[in-house]
Amino acid sequence: MYYRESGYYKTDYKSDMSLYPLPISRFAAFSLLVLFFLAAPVVMNEYYLTLLSLVAIATVGALGLNILLGYAGQLSIGHAAFMSVGAYTAANLATKFDLPFLITLPAGGLMAAAIGIVVGVPSLRIKGVYLAIATLAAQFIIEWIINHSPEISGGAQASIEVPRPTLLGEKLESPVELYYFLLIVAVIAVIATQNLIRSRIGRAFVAIRDQDIAAEIIGISVFKYKLYAFAISSFYAGVTGVLYTYYLGIASYEQFQLGVSIDYLAMVIIGGLGSILGSVFGAFFISLLPIAIRLFMESVGSIFVEPDVLAQSISQLRQILFGVLIIVFLIVEPDGLNRLWINIRNYFRVWPFSH
Amino acid sequence: MLDSSGGSSDPILTVDKVAKSFGGVQAVKEVSLQVERGSIFSIIGPNGAGKTSLVNMISGFYKADQGSIKFDGTELIGRSPSGIAELGIARTFQNIALFRGLTVLDNLMLGRHVRMKSSVMSCFMWWGAAQKEEIHHRKRAEEIIDFLRISDLRRANTGELAYGLQKRVELGRALALDPTLLLLDEPMAGMNSEEKEDMVRYVLDVNAEFGTTIILIEHDMGVVMDISDHIVVLDQGEKISDGTPDQVKADPAVIRAYLGASHLQG
Repeated sequence: MYYRESGYYKTDYKSDMSLYPLPISRFAAFSLLVLFFLAAPVVMNEYYLTLLSLVAIATVGALGLNILLGYAGQLSIGHAAFMSVGAYTAANLATKFDLPFLITLPAGGLMAAAIGIVVGVPSLRIKGVYLAIATLAAQFIIEWIINHSPEISGGAQASIEVPRPTLLGEKLESPVELYYFLLIVAVIAVIATQNLIRSRIGRAFVAIRDQDIAAEIIGISVFKYKLYAFAISSFYAGVTGVLYTYYLGIASYEQFQLGVSIDYLAMVIIGGLGSILGSVFGAFFISLLPIAIRLFMESVGSIFVEPDVLAQSISQLRQILFGVLIIVFLIVEPDGLNRLWINIRNYFRVWPFSH
Repeated sequence: MLDSSGGSSDPILTVDKVAKSFGGVQAVKEVSLQVERGSIFSIIGPNGAGKTSLVNMISGFYKADQGSIKFDGTELIGRSPSGIAELGIARTFQNIALFRGLTVLDNLMLGRHVRMKSSVMSCFMWWGAAQKEEIHHRKRAEEIIDFLRISDLRRANTGELAYGLQKRVELGRALALDPTLLLLDEPMAGMNSEEKEDMVRYVLDVNAEFGTTIILIEHDMGVVMDISDHIVVLDQGEKISDGTPDQVKADPAVIRAYLGASHLQG
């Protein structure tokens, strides 16, 4: 089965605009759905399902940051802070008012979006690294506020335990149930992002990224759309925070510190800026990297280091490899994993007649 | 278009004593002019005369220090550039300002942005309102692609196109807005004579077919004298002449300031 694109003619604009215009891409999308929805829970044990659940959560967050950074071109190092806003909003609603996740999930997202709009206001005046510093400030301020207001953070430990999400009176408690819950949210997030990007708002984001002056002149209010980008991105972050909270059963600000913001930046850079598939790749890569390193070190690590420092070296190696990988990607493949995938695809598109 | 019986009957744009200075430099000094509906109106002058500054004030890019600019009775000064675009004023740039990472089609669809109204929610949903709107506006974008004969380039990234084609796509993006007033800032700069001929033909066709009023800044005197209904000459921020091509050509002030300086010596 080759990747072929010739011979499929569109006779109306509707089919020309469809998400998967080629039979092969429809087939691929369908197979992936079957793989993740039907095969994975059967084949995989619970440990690997929890890993996939983490990837699903990270996908939502990475999509959000990619909308802001990859599509609208606004750099933010405060992504994790918006997650914490979502997380604590949902945790408070769930514990104090006993609300189901169907309400707390969007509520967490909306609250994060509201805060995101406020943080996005400086983007009218400042760009690039200066905006990055402004969002860094937001990260610390939000963290501090949550940590120092018992009304939000629930007291001494600054953490709130939340009950498991319930659907139709059924508690989602087993890893399989949680996995399905997170997977469905992630799939919805992917499709919604694809829709957003191919619509007028997604195009306006790209216009602002490429040429903000020209964007303004053809009637796109740059300020308004930058705020849209911040609001939408923060909404995704808020939802991600809520998902983490339900997944861990606890909302804790330690889950959403600066390092997490950097993790997400790494996801969209390594995955591929301005690419939805890249966000998913990045989420897989960064979420599974520590696991891969640990498996590697546990099996053959004793060759390189003494057994008694092995455990220590794993966490340090993660930090080192993380930095190395970002640098390597920036130099070798600035367009990220998505570009690698496209190169592979293009190779096989003409295979075996590649010359 | 309705009434071209001469005289100042139906101005679409009235610029009244507009001035702009940057620091100590007075780029535009109390310039007044009137643009007839449906005409091709050219602004000429030597480099640094204030032509682009004037167009930048009309499109809201600069804010005039004083005076007023009225478009169909609406004051433009104080409006944002995007607000002015919404009124139906489109422009192209002296240096091409296309969205280089996007296809020709996406660039044109961006030109239609102000005509589209889908909300964030319906964009997320897509199926339904947003899709319907997208198809509706796609038709108009395709009409413009046909009009400019670039249908084979529909899916090409604009950054990869030849210079003349980029200029044409930029014109297309401005046309996609369905403008009643189109500002063209040196649309023929840097083109060979064949590309120029094409561009002149498109400008004339836009004016005739869509009835769009056109304000043109151009250095090619042959083009300007041939296609303009009305010409204003600026020199060092001041309006030195105003009239039909024949009147301007015969104006001694123009010969002295413009043609004299650049042509007689060369």
